[in-house]
Amino acid sequence: CHPPGMRKPVSRTMFRAALQLSVSGARSLTRSRPQYTASVAARSYSHGKQETDEEFDARWVTYFSKPDIDAWELRKGMNTLIGYDLVPEPKILDAALRACRRLNDLASAIRILEAVKDKSGPHKEIYPYVLQELQPTLNELGIPTPEELGIDKA
Amino acid sequence: MLASRALVRGLQSGFWRRVSTSSAAWAAHTHDVDVVDCSVPQYNNRLDTPLPDVPFVRNLSAKQKKLKEKEKGSWTQLTKEEKLALYRLTHELSYAEMRQGSKEWMTVLGGVFIFLGFTGLLVWWQRVYVYGDVPHTLSQESVAQQTQRMIDMRVNPVHGFSHKWDYEKKQWK
Repeated sequence: CHPPGMRKPVSRTMFRAALQLSVSGARSLTRSRPQYTASVAARSYSHGKQETDEEFDARWVTYFSKPDIDAWELRKGMNTLIGYDLVPEPKILDAALRACRRLNDLASAIRILEAVKDKSGPHKEIYPYVLQELQPTLNELGIPTPEELGIDKA
Repeated sequence: MLASRALVRGLQSGFWRRVSTSSAAWAAHTHDVDVVDCSVPQYNNRLDTPLPDVPFVRNLSAKQKKLKEKEKGSWTQLTKEEKLALYRLTHELSYAEMRQGSKEWMTVLGGVFIFLGFTGLLVWWQRVYVYGDVPHTLSQESVAQQTQRMIDMRVNPVHGFSHKWDYEKKQWK
């Protein structure tokens, strides 16, 4: 079930759990999303077309879906993505986890999950939601959650 | 303070000695060298960099190499311990461990208070044994005479000192 206060997610309006509302967040309020989400693009331009959430997501999914992605590109992509002021959509993370699988890198897959939880900050409901969305992939690929390994506690 | 840092460091490396898979693995840890080569990518534990440039353990023992080979197959075949071992090969600290913090602040605060207290003792000793007597004009008698003079002079008669003196009743208001 979905976290309380959220509508059933529709893929195209979905939830970018930004850590703060931005100017374009005014848009999101009219769609009565929970307060912590906002339509925040990674960059705000003073001119030119603003990239939509969907375009942003699609771009990153494509990036990680490259069949012959190499380890450096995975690291670069992931580190850059975590540097943004948002928690990545489950579909981006799914593509990233599959990239880890192609690269035979289980440790990075677990690390990505840890990073998502850390990135959510005080918004504790994001991480369980992401895990819920990714559960089929985690089961398919055999990726344990940090909780299962006990590394979520120091 | 340096001592507390050194103590914490020693505790950390001692702790990891037990947790790492083998003593050979410990020797192979990339960070356990005296001279760090800054011209090549280094391992780091950073919350904002989930995937470090190089894995934590780079010189793998035979057992670890076998595990790495097994990683190439289906991950559902790996046991939980193997998955954890693979994680620890690549990463020194988990996110929870990175965020952990330490009790060093107590040591620091305690040290600060100890030295403040010691300084207080020094200051008190100095007051007693180094400073000479205070001027005689600060004696009770002298102050009384001075105060009477100020009243007689009508110092600040509107709002201040002498205003507070009742000249009829010869007392403070």
